[in-house]
Amino acid sequence: MRLRARRSEMETTNLNSKIFVQSFIGLLLRDLRVLSRELPVFLARVGMQPLLFLFVFTFIMPRMGGTNPMAGGAGGLDFGTVLLPGLMAVAIMFSGIAAVALPLSQEFGVTREIDDRVMCPLPLWAVAFEKVSFSALQSMIAALLVIPMAYYIPATPVRADIHNWLLFAVVLVMASYLAGALGLFIGSTVNPRQIGLVFSILVVPITFLGCVYYPWAMLGHLKWLQYGVLFNPIVYMSEGLRAAVTPNIAHMPWWAILTALVFFTALLGRLGLKGFLGRVLS
Amino acid sequence: MIVEIEKLTKIYESKLRVVALDGIDLELNEGEIFGLLGPNGAGKTTTISIATTRTLPNSGTVRIKGIDVVKHPAHARRLIGVVPQFNTLDRSLTVYENLYFHCRYFGFSHSHAKARSLELLEQFLLSERKSVYPTQLSGGLAQRVQIARAIAHRPTVLFLDEPSAGLDPQSRMAMWDAVAGLRKEGITVLLTTHYMEEADQLSDRLAIIDYGKVLALGSPDKLKSTFGAHTIFNLKLKSIEGLGPMMEELKSREDVSGVETTADGLRVIGTGADGLLPELVRAATSHGLRDLTITEPSLETVFIQLTGRDLRE
Repeated sequence: MRLRARRSEMETTNLNSKIFVQSFIGLLLRDLRVLSRELPVFLARVGMQPLLFLFVFTFIMPRMGGTNPMAGGAGGLDFGTVLLPGLMAVAIMFSGIAAVALPLSQEFGVTREIDDRVMCPLPLWAVAFEKVSFSALQSMIAALLVIPMAYYIPATPVRADIHNWLLFAVVLVMASYLAGALGLFIGSTVNPRQIGLVFSILVVPITFLGCVYYPWAMLGHLKWLQYGVLFNPIVYMSEGLRAAVTPNIAHMPWWAILTALVFFTALLGRLGLKGFLGRVLS
Repeated sequence: MIVEIEKLTKIYESKLRVVALDGIDLELNEGEIFGLLGPNGAGKTTTISIATTRTLPNSGTVRIKGIDVVKHPAHARRLIGVVPQFNTLDRSLTVYENLYFHCRYFGFSHSHAKARSLELLEQFLLSERKSVYPTQLSGGLAQRVQIARAIAHRPTVLFLDEPSAGLDPQSRMAMWDAVAGLRKEGITVLLTTHYMEEADQLSDRLAIIDYGKVLALGSPDKLKSTFGAHTIFNLKLKSIEGLGPMMEELKSREDVSGVETTADGLRVIGTGADGLLPELVRAATSHGLRDLTITEPSLETVFIQLTGRDLRE
């Protein structure tokens, strides 16, 4: 008798986990469909910033010759090489915000379009996790797109110099999930009407102070800033990619980077999920 | 019992403490269309939100096919379909894709989801609008897509929250047909409304609720015969001073079962209009009769009798 009960319980669990997986795939397929329809928009969105950045600073500027402060770059290193991981980090972060924060704030706000998805037979955390995962996928594509751009656009090609593929993969995935978690946090906590403001008071500062355009080590002369920016998650995205893609440039130790990436992903993911649940449940 | 709602309470604690539900008990039988009738703020939407796992109650339980919706929300969602008050169709997807992906969320395979979506488009006369985006649909059509989507995964219970709010009369009729058509599929339906005709037309049984409490429960006919074989006369008077003797006189009549004062006059509940009407006019003239409205026996009179207020108030 007890055995039979246990068995039926197991069958229900199996059925549940099967539906769970199928439902999760269903949500991913939906997002993929929407993205495929907006593919040109997506490419323009993720490509424009690195394209123009590389074009202006590594193509136009070097041709101006003379006293170009950018040309010398950080510590005698080629500015393009410094820029490559930084631009990948920015691409990852912007994707996270464009793929999660903006749609979420709209779907929670006026249209409540998310209703049908939160009513699917998944626990709510899984619905949020799908959003973040799909955003992470877009972030990875955006980051990888920067590599060929950096090779073809600058006056002197910038080569990604990846020795440790494992580190590269781990940093890329972690940074992308971190960006998705940041997007979830922003999208579910910020009032939809103020989402534009988030760009000027949050996104721009964390980008400029995120060791994107200079390695963290070069801040040595400004100790207060060097320690101040440690609270900025973008720093670890840039430094992590620097360690993986351009290891010749001074960077933080990998263990510190990974620890910080895990910490910030967990923190923002937790806060984001809290906001998400607060928006969905009353 | 398909749906069991037991001692459900919900209190919203903000600046103002609002008791939205004050111990609601309801039971729905398999295959019936059950109406929740009440004015705005009576607790209808809160009841549906809790039953559909979107709001957490302070106490009490909702079980659907024996599954506790608070303890097992993901499981319960497989058994329910929801048509919310507002258009929540996915704006990024076409009408067909809204149905197709909904099926995928519920674990359908590609071919199964495709077949089901096409079948629903046919059933709800939407085939021509297959590739249209939700923003291009009229309110009535969008509502039909929402109903089709809500039943796509073959739920046991369908929740319709104010399904005809904001619809023109023609679309409302079409929506009623669609809901009545669900009877054939054996789906149990819980709908909320503040339209009397809607509750009367559609429901097998209904509950009248107000201030988070169930005031009466039964089939529309039963409610009418128990509470409402009455005609209600609303008299608007110039002054409501010194109405005592007139009220006493009316109360003593056999065809009057109740008299009460309202903000601007008198409400008389009578069992027939024939002899009473001229008598009322005569008696009220000396108090400055300004207006007189007569409500024939209906759910509306049941409601007014139970709550002492109009649905529209």
